Amino acid sequence: MIIAERKPLPEVLEMLEGAKDVLVLGCRACTAICLAGGEREAVEMREALSLHSELKGKGWSVSALTVERACEREFLSPIEGHTGTVVSMACGVGAQVVQGLFPSLRVVPGVNTSNMGAPEGMGVFVERCAGCGDCIIHLTAGICPLARCAKGLLNGPCGGSKGGRCEVSPETPCAWEQIVRGLEAQGRTDLLEAIIPPRDWRPSRSGGPRRIVNAEAAPGPAQREWRGED
Amino acid sequence: MSVSRLQGTLDRGAIAVTAEIGPPRSCEVERLRAMARALKGSAHAFNLTDNQAANVRMSSIASSVICLQEGLEPVMQMTCRDRNRIAMQSDVIGASALGIRNVLCISGDHQTFGNHPQAKNVYDLDSVQELMVLRRLREGANWAGEPLAEPPQLFLGAAANPFADPFEHRVTRLAKKVEAGAQFVQTQCVLDLDRFRRFMALVVERGLHERVHILAGAIPLRSHKAALFMRDKVAGMSVPDEVIDRLRRAADPKEEGIRLCVETMQELVSIEGVHGVHITAIAWEDVVPRLVREAGLTP
Repeated sequence: MIIAERKPLPEVLEMLEGAKDVLVLGCRACTAICLAGGEREAVEMREALSLHSELKGKGWSVSALTVERACEREFLSPIEGHTGTVVSMACGVGAQVVQGLFPSLRVVPGVNTSNMGAPEGMGVFVERCAGCGDCIIHLTAGICPLARCAKGLLNGPCGGSKGGRCEVSPETPCAWEQIVRGLEAQGRTDLLEAIIPPRDWRPSRSGGPRRIVNAEAAPGPAQREWRGED
Repeated sequence: MSVSRLQGTLDRGAIAVTAEIGPPRSCEVERLRAMARALKGSAHAFNLTDNQAANVRMSSIASSVICLQEGLEPVMQMTCRDRNRIAMQSDVIGASALGIRNVLCISGDHQTFGNHPQAKNVYDLDSVQELMVLRRLREGANWAGEPLAEPPQLFLGAAANPFADPFEHRVTRLAKKVEAGAQFVQTQCVLDLDRFRRFMALVVERGLHERVHILAGAIPLRSHKAALFMRDKVAGMSVPDEVIDRLRRAADPKEEGIRLCVETMQELVSIEGVHGVHITAIAWEDVVPRLVREAGLTP
Protein backbone atom coordinates (compact mmCIF):
# COMPACT_ATOMS: atom_id res chain seq x y z
CA MET A 1 0.00 0.00 0.00
CA ILE A 2 0.96 3.65 -0.14
CA ILE A 3 2.61 4.92 3.01
CA ALA A 4 2.16 8.51 4.08
CA GLU A 5 2.58 10.55 7.24
CA ARG A 6 0.77 13.58 8.50
CA LYS A 7 2.26 16.96 7.70
CA PRO A 8 3.14 19.04 10.77
CA LEU A 9 0.15 21.20 11.68
CA PRO A 10 1.99 24.55 11.34
CA GLU A 11 2.73 23.66 7.70
CA VAL A 12 -0.96 22.99 7.03
CA LEU A 13 -1.96 26.21 8.79
CA GLU A 14 0.43 28.17 6.62
CA MET A 15 -1.09 26.69 3.46
CA LEU A 16 -4.54 27.75 4.64
CA GLU A 17 -3.65 31.41 5.08
CA GLY A 18 -6.49 33.41 3.45
CA ALA A 19 -8.86 30.42 3.19
CA LYS A 20 -12.58 30.61 4.01
CA ASP A 21 -14.30 27.27 3.51
CA VAL A 22 -12.08 24.32 4.38
CA LEU A 23 -12.91 20.68 3.69
CA VAL A 24 -10.69 18.05 5.28
CA LEU A 25 -10.84 15.02 3.01
CA GLY A 26 -9.96 11.63 4.51
CA CYS A 27 -9.49 8.40 2.59
CA ARG A 28 -10.40 4.92 3.83
CA ALA A 29 -7.72 3.22 1.72
CA CYS A 30 -3.96 3.29 2.23
CA THR A 31 -3.59 6.43 4.33
CA ALA A 32 -6.23 5.14 6.74
CA ILE A 33 -4.29 1.91 7.23
CA CYS A 34 -1.03 3.74 7.86
CA LEU A 35 -2.86 6.00 10.32
CA ALA A 36 -2.09 9.19 8.45
CA GLY A 37 -5.26 10.17 6.67
CA GLY A 38 -8.28 8.00 7.47
CA GLU A 39 -11.52 9.10 9.05
CA ARG A 40 -10.02 9.44 12.53
CA GLU A 41 -7.17 11.62 11.31
CA ALA A 42 -9.50 13.69 9.14
CA VAL A 43 -11.73 14.41 12.14
CA GLU A 44 -8.68 15.25 14.25
CA MET A 45 -7.50 17.63 11.59
CA ARG A 46 -10.93 19.25 11.39
CA GLU A 47 -10.92 19.76 15.17
CA ALA A 48 -7.42 21.22 15.12
CA LEU A 49 -8.21 23.60 12.27
CA SER A 50 -11.50 24.71 13.86
CA LEU A 51 -9.78 25.38 17.16
CA HIS A 52 -7.01 27.34 15.47
CA SER A 53 -9.55 29.37 13.51
CA GLU A 54 -11.50 30.12 16.66
CA LEU A 55 -8.44 31.10 18.70
CA LYS A 56 -6.85 33.19 15.99
CA GLY A 57 -10.07 34.64 14.56
CA LYS A 58 -9.48 33.17 11.11
CA GLY A 59 -13.17 32.77 10.34
CA TRP A 60 -12.70 29.38 8.63
CA SER A 61 -15.69 27.17 8.14
CA VAL A 62 -14.19 23.69 8.54
CA SER A 63 -15.86 20.40 7.70
CA ALA A 64 -14.56 16.84 7.25
CA LEU A 65 -15.49 14.10 4.85
CA THR A 66 -13.97 10.66 4.29
CA VAL A 67 -14.32 8.76 1.02
CA GLU A 68 -13.70 5.11 0.22
CA ARG A 69 -10.82 5.74 -2.17
CA ALA A 70 -9.78 9.22 -3.17
CA CYS A 71 -7.80 7.91 -6.14
CA GLU A 72 -10.92 6.78 -8.01
CA ARG A 73 -13.34 9.37 -9.25
CA GLU A 74 -16.31 7.03 -8.74
CA PHE A 75 -15.99 7.65 -5.01
CA LEU A 76 -15.65 11.42 -5.13
CA SER A 77 -19.22 12.60 -5.72
CA PRO A 78 -19.66 13.55 -2.00
CA ILE A 79 -17.24 16.42 -2.64
CA GLU A 80 -19.59 18.01 -5.18
CA GLY A 81 -21.00 21.31 -4.01
CA HIS A 82 -18.03 22.15 -1.79
CA THR A 83 -16.14 25.36 -2.42
CA GLY A 84 -12.88 26.77 -1.17
CA THR A 85 -9.95 24.68 0.02
CA VAL A 86 -9.57 20.92 0.42
CA VAL A 87 -6.98 19.59 2.86
CA SER A 88 -6.27 16.18 1.37
CA MET A 89 -5.48 13.44 3.86
CA ALA A 90 -5.34 11.01 0.95
CA CYS A 91 -2.04 10.23 -0.73
CA GLY A 92 -0.60 12.39 -3.50
CA VAL A 93 -2.51 10.33 -6.02
CA GLY A 94 -5.85 10.93 -4.35
CA ALA A 95 -5.12 14.62 -3.93
CA GLN A 96 -4.43 14.97 -7.64
CA VAL A 97 -7.48 13.01 -8.74
CA VAL A 98 -9.63 15.25 -6.54
CA GLN A 99 -7.95 18.34 -7.96
CA GLY A 100 -8.44 17.07 -11.51
CA LEU A 101 -12.12 16.45 -10.95
CA PHE A 102 -12.79 19.74 -9.14
CA PRO A 103 -10.54 22.34 -10.76
CA SER A 104 -12.12 25.29 -8.95
CA LEU A 105 -11.27 23.85 -5.51
CA ARG A 106 -7.82 24.48 -4.12
CA VAL A 107 -6.38 21.13 -2.97
CA VAL A 108 -3.54 21.34 -0.43
CA PRO A 109 -1.69 18.33 0.99
CA GLY A 110 -2.36 17.35 4.59
CA VAL A 111 0.03 14.40 4.39
CA ASN A 112 3.45 13.69 2.93
CA THR A 113 3.23 10.67 0.66
CA SER A 114 6.33 8.58 1.11
CA ASN A 115 6.49 5.14 -0.45
CA MET A 116 5.00 1.80 -1.31
CA GLY A 117 5.41 -0.31 1.77
CA ALA A 118 3.89 -2.45 4.44
CA PRO A 119 3.29 -2.39 8.18
CA GLU A 120 6.17 -4.00 10.06
CA GLY A 121 4.75 -3.71 13.55
CA MET A 122 2.40 -1.46 15.49
CA GLY A 123 2.67 1.95 13.86
CA VAL A 124 5.81 1.07 11.90
CA PHE A 125 5.71 1.12 8.12
CA VAL A 126 8.61 0.23 5.85
CA GLU A 127 9.27 0.67 2.16
CA ARG A 128 9.15 -2.47 0.05
CA CYS A 129 8.76 -1.54 -3.62
CA ALA A 130 10.42 1.14 -5.73
CA GLY A 131 7.94 0.86 -8.57
CA CYS A 132 10.77 0.36 -11.06
CA GLY A 133 8.48 -1.21 -13.65
CA ASP A 134 10.65 -4.30 -14.19
CA CYS A 135 10.48 -6.63 -11.20
CA ILE A 136 13.47 -8.88 -10.48
CA ILE A 137 12.79 -10.16 -6.98
CA HIS A 138 12.82 -13.77 -8.20
CA LEU A 139 16.61 -13.29 -8.37
CA THR A 140 16.92 -11.76 -4.92
CA ALA A 141 14.96 -13.99 -2.56
CA GLY A 142 11.83 -11.89 -2.86
CA ILE A 143 13.59 -8.83 -1.45
CA CYS A 144 13.88 -5.74 -3.62
CA PRO A 145 17.40 -4.28 -3.53
CA LEU A 146 16.27 -1.16 -5.37
CA ALA A 147 13.76 -0.29 -2.67
CA ARG A 148 15.57 -1.71 0.32
CA CYS A 149 19.29 -1.01 -0.27
CA ALA A 150 20.23 2.64 0.33
CA LYS A 151 22.29 2.59 -2.87
CA GLY A 152 19.96 0.34 -4.84
CA LEU A 153 22.86 -2.03 -5.53
CA LEU A 154 21.99 -5.01 -7.69
CA ASN A 155 25.10 -7.15 -7.31
CA GLY A 156 25.72 -7.63 -3.63
CA PRO A 157 26.33 -5.69 -0.44
CA CYS A 158 28.50 -2.56 -0.35
CA GLY A 159 31.44 -2.27 2.04
CA GLY A 160 29.27 -0.69 4.71
CA SER A 161 27.21 -3.74 5.61
CA LYS A 162 28.04 -4.71 9.17
CA GLY A 163 26.28 -7.11 11.50
CA GLY A 164 23.31 -7.24 9.15
CA ARG A 165 22.67 -3.50 9.37
CA CYS A 166 22.88 -0.74 6.77
CA GLU A 167 25.56 1.86 7.34
CA VAL A 168 23.17 4.64 6.36
CA SER A 169 20.77 3.91 9.20
CA PRO A 170 21.32 1.30 11.91
CA GLU A 171 17.54 0.80 12.14
CA THR A 172 17.51 -0.47 8.59
CA PRO A 173 18.55 -4.04 7.89
CA CYS A 174 21.08 -4.47 5.09
CA ALA A 175 18.95 -5.61 2.15
CA TRP A 176 21.80 -7.70 0.78
CA GLU A 177 22.37 -9.47 4.08
CA GLN A 178 18.65 -10.36 3.95
CA ILE A 179 18.93 -11.45 0.33
CA VAL A 180 21.90 -13.69 1.13
CA ARG A 181 20.08 -15.29 4.08
CA GLY A 182 16.94 -15.68 1.97
CA LEU A 183 18.78 -17.36 -0.89
CA GLU A 184 20.50 -19.64 1.61
CA ALA A 185 17.11 -20.63 3.00
CA GLN A 186 15.86 -21.30 -0.53
CA GLY A 187 18.97 -23.25 -1.47
CA ARG A 188 19.65 -20.77 -4.27
CA THR A 189 22.99 -19.20 -3.35
CA ASP A 190 23.98 -19.90 -6.96
CA LEU A 191 22.01 -16.75 -7.79
CA LEU A 192 24.58 -14.71 -5.83
CA GLU A 193 27.17 -15.61 -8.44
CA ALA A 194 25.15 -14.30 -11.38
CA ILE A 195 25.75 -10.72 -12.45
CA ILE A 196 22.67 -8.56 -12.87
CA PRO A 197 23.60 -6.34 -15.84
CA PRO A 198 22.90 -2.59 -16.15
CA ARG A 199 19.18 -2.02 -16.15
CA ASP A 200 16.91 -0.48 -18.70
CA TRP A 201 15.37 2.27 -16.59
CA ARG A 202 12.75 3.23 -19.16
CA PRO A 203 9.93 1.38 -17.37
CA SER A 204 10.87 3.32 -14.22
CA ARG A 205 10.21 6.98 -13.50
CA SER A 206 13.36 7.77 -15.55
CA GLY A 207 11.36 7.08 -18.70
CA GLY A 208 8.93 9.86 -17.81
CA PRO A 209 5.48 9.63 -16.23
CA ARG A 210 4.13 6.15 -16.79
CA ARG A 211 0.90 5.15 -18.46
CA ILE A 212 -0.23 1.53 -18.28
CA VAL A 213 -2.87 0.36 -20.71
CA ASN A 214 -4.53 -2.94 -19.87
CA ALA A 215 -5.74 -4.00 -23.29
CA GLU A 216 -8.37 -6.35 -21.85
CA ALA A 217 -9.92 -3.64 -19.76
CA ALA A 218 -9.40 -0.60 -21.94
CA PRO A 219 -12.24 0.08 -24.35
CA GLY A 220 -11.47 -0.45 -28.04
CA PRO A 221 -12.41 2.03 -30.79
CA ALA A 222 -15.99 0.67 -31.09
CA GLN A 223 -16.68 0.97 -27.38
CA ARG A 224 -15.11 4.42 -27.27
CA GLU A 225 -17.41 5.53 -30.07
CA TRP A 226 -20.41 4.03 -28.28
CA ARG A 227 -19.41 5.82 -25.06
CA GLY A 228 -19.02 9.04 -26.96
CA GLU A 229 -15.27 9.30 -26.30
CA ASP A 230 -12.64 10.39 -28.82
CA MET B 1 50.41 -5.11 -23.27
CA SER B 2 50.25 -2.78 -20.33
CA VAL B 3 48.71 0.65 -20.54
CA SER B 4 50.10 1.93 -17.23
CA ARG B 5 53.07 1.57 -14.94
CA LEU B 6 50.81 -0.01 -12.35
CA GLN B 7 49.64 -2.64 -14.80
CA GLY B 8 53.19 -3.24 -16.03
CA THR B 9 54.47 -3.75 -12.50
CA LEU B 10 51.69 -6.14 -11.55
CA ASP B 11 51.78 -8.06 -14.81
CA ARG B 12 55.46 -8.82 -14.44
CA GLY B 13 54.82 -10.17 -10.97
CA ALA B 14 56.49 -7.43 -8.96
CA ILE B 15 55.00 -6.08 -5.73
CA ALA B 16 53.13 -2.87 -6.50
CA VAL B 17 52.48 0.02 -4.15
CA THR B 18 49.64 2.48 -4.48
CA ALA B 19 48.78 5.32 -2.11
CA GLU B 20 45.76 7.51 -1.68
CA ILE B 21 45.75 11.27 -2.11
CA GLY B 22 42.71 13.22 -0.97
CA PRO B 23 42.21 16.11 -3.40
CA PRO B 24 41.87 19.57 -1.81
CA ARG B 25 38.48 21.01 -0.93
CA SER B 26 39.06 24.08 -3.08
CA CYS B 27 41.30 25.20 -5.94
CA GLU B 28 44.53 24.78 -3.92
CA VAL B 29 46.52 23.62 -6.93
CA GLU B 30 49.86 24.49 -5.40
CA ARG B 31 49.12 22.46 -2.28
CA LEU B 32 48.22 19.47 -4.42
CA ARG B 33 51.34 19.93 -6.55
CA ALA B 34 53.51 20.18 -3.45
CA MET B 35 51.98 16.98 -2.08
CA ALA B 36 52.51 15.25 -5.40
CA ARG B 37 56.16 16.29 -5.44
CA ALA B 38 56.63 15.08 -1.86
CA LEU B 39 55.12 11.68 -2.69
CA LYS B 40 56.74 11.21 -6.09
CA GLY B 41 58.67 7.95 -6.29
CA SER B 42 57.08 6.44 -3.18
CA ALA B 43 54.45 4.41 -5.05
CA HIS B 44 53.78 3.09 -8.54
CA ALA B 45 50.50 4.94 -8.70
CA PHE B 46 48.36 7.26 -6.59
CA ASN B 47 44.62 7.10 -6.06
CA LEU B 48 42.79 10.39 -6.40
CA THR B 49 39.54 9.98 -4.52
CA ASP B 50 36.18 10.94 -5.98
CA ASN B 51 34.56 13.24 -3.42
CA GLN B 52 35.48 10.84 -0.65
CA ALA B 53 33.03 10.42 2.22
CA ALA B 54 30.63 12.35 -0.04
CA ASN B 55 32.34 15.67 0.70
CA VAL B 56 32.83 18.06 -2.19
CA ARG B 57 36.46 18.24 -3.28
CA MET B 58 38.43 18.96 -6.41
CA SER B 59 37.34 16.38 -8.98
CA SER B 60 39.23 13.14 -9.29
CA ILE B 61 39.77 13.76 -12.99
CA ALA B 62 41.28 17.24 -12.47
CA SER B 63 43.50 16.17 -9.59
CA SER B 64 44.60 13.12 -11.59
CA VAL B 65 45.72 15.39 -14.42
CA ILE B 66 47.60 17.64 -11.99
CA CYS B 67 49.39 14.57 -10.62
CA LEU B 68 50.23 13.49 -14.16
CA GLN B 69 51.77 16.92 -14.79
CA GLU B 70 53.94 16.37 -11.70
CA GLY B 71 55.09 13.00 -13.00
CA LEU B 72 52.89 10.80 -10.81
CA GLU B 73 50.76 8.05 -12.25
CA PRO B 74 47.15 8.49 -11.10
CA VAL B 75 44.44 5.97 -10.28
CA MET B 76 41.26 7.90 -10.95
CA GLN B 77 38.44 6.81 -8.65
CA MET B 78 34.94 6.99 -10.02
CA THR B 79 31.87 6.42 -7.88
CA CYS B 80 28.40 5.37 -9.01
CA ARG B 81 26.89 7.88 -6.62
CA ASP B 82 27.23 11.00 -8.73
CA ARG B 83 27.18 9.91 -12.38
CA ASN B 84 24.90 7.97 -14.66
CA ARG B 85 26.23 5.79 -17.49
CA ILE B 86 26.32 8.74 -19.88
CA ALA B 87 28.49 10.87 -17.59
CA MET B 88 30.71 7.91 -16.65
CA GLN B 89 31.54 6.99 -20.21
CA SER B 90 32.04 10.60 -21.17
CA ASP B 91 34.36 11.26 -18.23
CA VAL B 92 36.37 8.10 -18.81
CA ILE B 93 36.83 8.86 -22.50
CA GLY B 94 37.91 12.36 -21.50
CA ALA B 95 40.20 11.05 -18.77
CA SER B 96 41.90 8.65 -21.13
CA ALA B 97 42.33 11.45 -23.67
CA LEU B 98 44.12 13.39 -20.92
CA GLY B 99 46.46 10.49 -20.19
CA ILE B 100 44.71 8.79 -17.27
CA ARG B 101 44.84 4.99 -17.53
CA ASN B 102 44.00 3.48 -14.15
CA VAL B 103 40.35 3.79 -13.13
CA LEU B 104 38.92 2.45 -9.87
CA CYS B 105 35.21 1.59 -10.04
CA ILE B 106 33.38 1.98 -6.73
CA SER B 107 29.86 2.41 -5.38
CA GLY B 108 30.88 5.47 -3.36
CA ASP B 109 30.06 6.53 0.17
CA HIS B 110 26.39 7.36 0.60
CA GLN B 111 25.69 11.08 0.34
CA THR B 112 24.12 11.25 3.80
CA PHE B 113 27.64 10.90 5.28
CA GLY B 114 28.97 13.97 3.56
CA ASN B 115 28.48 17.71 3.52
CA HIS B 116 25.52 17.59 1.14
CA PRO B 117 23.20 15.04 2.75
CA GLN B 118 20.27 16.68 0.94
CA ALA B 119 21.63 15.60 -2.45
CA LYS B 120 19.90 13.14 -4.76
CA ASN B 121 22.09 10.16 -5.61
CA VAL B 122 22.35 8.48 -8.99
CA TYR B 123 23.22 4.75 -8.81
CA ASP B 124 22.17 4.21 -12.42
CA LEU B 125 24.86 1.51 -12.25
CA ASP B 126 26.47 -0.28 -9.35
CA SER B 127 30.22 -0.88 -9.22
CA VAL B 128 29.96 -4.30 -10.92
CA GLN B 129 27.94 -2.81 -13.76
CA GLU B 130 30.33 0.16 -13.96
CA LEU B 131 33.15 -2.31 -14.59
CA MET B 132 31.10 -3.96 -17.36
CA VAL B 133 30.42 -0.65 -19.06
CA LEU B 134 34.03 0.57 -18.84
CA ARG B 135 35.41 -2.75 -20.03
CA ARG B 136 33.23 -2.55 -23.10
CA LEU B 137 34.52 0.99 -23.71
CA ARG B 138 38.09 -0.30 -23.51
CA GLU B 139 37.20 -3.10 -25.89
CA GLY B 140 36.02 -0.57 -28.44
CA ALA B 141 32.32 0.12 -28.04
CA ASN B 142 30.16 2.23 -25.81
CA TRP B 143 27.40 0.62 -23.78
CA ALA B 144 24.91 1.32 -26.57
CA GLY B 145 27.10 -0.92 -28.76
CA GLU B 146 28.36 1.85 -31.02
CA PRO B 147 31.99 1.28 -32.07
CA LEU B 148 34.63 3.75 -30.91
CA ALA B 149 37.14 4.95 -33.51
CA GLU B 150 39.69 5.35 -30.71
CA PRO B 151 38.76 3.48 -27.52
CA PRO B 152 40.09 4.63 -24.15
CA GLN B 153 43.14 2.83 -22.79
CA LEU B 154 42.19 1.59 -19.36
CA PHE B 155 43.45 -0.53 -16.49
CA LEU B 156 40.33 -1.19 -14.46
CA GLY B 157 40.22 -1.58 -10.72
CA ALA B 158 37.68 -2.46 -8.07
CA ALA B 159 37.47 -2.30 -4.30
CA ALA B 160 36.92 -5.17 -1.89
CA ASN B 161 36.10 -5.04 1.78
CA PRO B 162 37.03 -8.27 3.57
CA PHE B 163 35.78 -6.80 6.86
CA ALA B 164 32.19 -6.05 5.95
CA ASP B 165 29.42 -8.60 6.21
CA PRO B 166 28.22 -11.13 5.21
CA PHE B 167 31.83 -12.36 5.37
CA GLU B 168 31.42 -15.64 3.51
CA HIS B 169 29.92 -13.87 0.51
CA ARG B 170 32.52 -11.09 0.26
CA VAL B 171 34.57 -13.32 -2.01
CA THR B 172 31.52 -13.98 -4.20
CA ARG B 173 31.19 -10.26 -4.74
CA LEU B 174 34.87 -10.03 -5.58
CA ALA B 175 34.43 -12.87 -8.09
CA LYS B 176 31.62 -10.91 -9.75
CA LYS B 177 33.86 -7.87 -10.04
CA VAL B 178 36.58 -9.97 -11.66
CA GLU B 179 34.00 -11.47 -14.01
CA ALA B 180 32.78 -7.97 -14.85
CA GLY B 181 36.24 -6.76 -15.82
CA ALA B 182 38.30 -5.83 -12.77
CA GLN B 183 42.03 -6.21 -13.45
CA PHE B 184 43.21 -5.04 -10.03
CA VAL B 185 41.61 -4.82 -6.63
CA GLN B 186 42.38 -2.55 -3.70
CA THR B 187 41.09 -3.74 -0.35
CA GLN B 188 39.82 -1.91 2.68
CA CYS B 189 42.59 -1.17 5.20
CA VAL B 190 43.76 -4.26 6.99
CA LEU B 191 44.15 -4.01 10.76
CA ASP B 192 42.65 -7.44 11.44
CA LEU B 193 45.23 -9.70 9.80
CA ASP B 194 43.52 -12.91 10.91
CA ARG B 195 40.31 -12.07 9.13
CA PHE B 196 42.23 -10.88 6.08
CA ARG B 197 44.14 -14.18 5.94
CA ARG B 198 40.84 -16.07 6.03
CA PHE B 199 39.52 -13.87 3.23
CA MET B 200 42.61 -14.44 1.11
CA ALA B 201 42.41 -18.19 1.68
CA LEU B 202 38.93 -18.12 0.13
CA VAL B 203 40.22 -15.93 -2.72
CA VAL B 204 43.02 -18.41 -3.43
CA GLU B 205 40.65 -21.36 -3.09
CA ARG B 206 38.57 -19.90 -5.92
CA GLY B 207 41.68 -19.11 -7.95
CA LEU B 208 40.77 -15.44 -8.12
CA HIS B 209 44.35 -14.37 -7.30
CA GLU B 210 45.36 -15.74 -10.69
CA ARG B 211 42.77 -13.65 -12.50
CA VAL B 212 43.14 -10.33 -10.70
CA HIS B 213 45.91 -8.42 -8.92
CA ILE B 214 45.12 -7.85 -5.27
CA LEU B 215 46.57 -4.89 -3.40
CA ALA B 216 45.95 -5.15 0.32
CA GLY B 217 45.05 -1.98 2.18
CA ALA B 218 47.30 -0.51 4.86
CA ILE B 219 46.73 2.49 7.11
CA PRO B 220 48.98 4.28 9.55
CA LEU B 221 47.16 5.23 12.75
CA ARG B 222 48.32 8.21 14.81
CA SER B 223 46.88 7.12 18.15
CA HIS B 224 44.62 4.63 19.88
CA LYS B 225 41.85 7.21 19.48
CA ALA B 226 42.23 6.98 15.72
CA ALA B 227 41.94 3.20 16.05
CA LEU B 228 38.81 3.54 18.18
CA PHE B 229 37.35 5.91 15.63
CA MET B 230 38.01 3.39 12.87
CA ARG B 231 36.41 0.65 14.93
CA ASP B 232 33.34 2.57 16.07
CA LYS B 233 32.63 5.13 13.38
CA VAL B 234 33.76 3.62 10.09
CA ALA B 235 31.28 1.08 8.79
CA GLY B 236 32.80 -2.16 7.58
CA MET B 237 36.06 -1.94 9.58
CA SER B 238 37.52 -4.49 11.93
CA VAL B 239 40.05 -3.28 14.52
CA PRO B 240 41.36 -5.91 16.95
CA ASP B 241 41.85 -4.98 20.62
CA GLU B 242 45.59 -5.74 20.35
CA VAL B 243 45.98 -2.88 17.88
CA ILE B 244 44.16 -0.46 20.16
CA ASP B 245 46.10 -1.60 23.24
CA ARG B 246 49.45 -1.41 21.47
CA LEU B 247 48.81 2.19 20.47
CA ARG B 248 47.42 3.08 23.89
CA ARG B 249 50.47 1.74 25.70
CA ALA B 250 52.99 3.30 23.35
CA ALA B 251 55.20 6.13 24.66
CA ASP B 252 55.11 7.69 21.20
CA PRO B 253 51.83 6.56 19.61
CA LYS B 254 52.59 8.19 16.26
CA GLU B 255 55.88 6.32 15.94
CA GLU B 256 54.18 3.14 17.11
CA GLY B 257 51.48 3.67 14.46
CA ILE B 258 54.14 3.91 11.78
CA ARG B 259 55.90 0.78 13.08
CA LEU B 260 52.60 -1.09 13.16
CA CYS B 261 51.78 -0.06 9.61
CA VAL B 262 55.23 -1.07 8.33
CA GLU B 263 54.94 -4.47 10.00
CA THR B 264 51.46 -4.92 8.56
CA MET B 265 52.66 -4.05 5.05
CA GLN B 266 55.47 -6.58 5.29
CA GLU B 267 53.07 -9.20 6.59
CA LEU B 268 50.52 -8.45 3.86
CA VAL B 269 52.88 -8.92 0.94
CA SER B 270 53.87 -12.32 2.33
CA ILE B 271 50.28 -13.63 2.13
CA GLU B 272 49.54 -15.86 -0.86
CA GLY B 273 47.63 -14.04 -3.56
CA VAL B 274 48.59 -10.52 -2.43
CA HIS B 275 50.34 -8.62 -5.21
CA GLY B 276 50.87 -5.29 -3.57
CA VAL B 277 49.79 -2.81 -0.94
CA HIS B 278 47.49 0.18 -1.08
CA ILE B 279 48.25 2.82 1.55
CA THR B 280 45.54 5.10 2.83
CA ALA B 281 47.13 7.73 5.05
CA ILE B 282 44.15 9.99 5.56
CA ALA B 283 45.30 13.61 6.00
CA TRP B 284 48.77 12.18 6.67
CA GLU B 285 49.95 11.58 3.12
CA ASP B 286 53.50 12.82 3.76
CA VAL B 287 54.24 9.74 5.86
CA VAL B 288 53.86 7.48 2.80
CA PRO B 289 57.50 7.67 1.56
CA ARG B 290 58.75 6.65 5.00
CA LEU B 291 56.30 3.74 5.28
CA VAL B 292 57.26 2.41 1.88
CA ARG B 293 61.00 2.81 2.58
CA GLU B 294 60.87 1.14 5.97
CA ALA B 295 58.76 -1.71 4.62
CA GLY B 296 61.38 -2.26 1.93
CA LEU B 297 58.84 -1.76 -0.83
CA THR B 298 60.24 1.32 -2.58
CA PRO B 299 59.32 1.04 -6.28
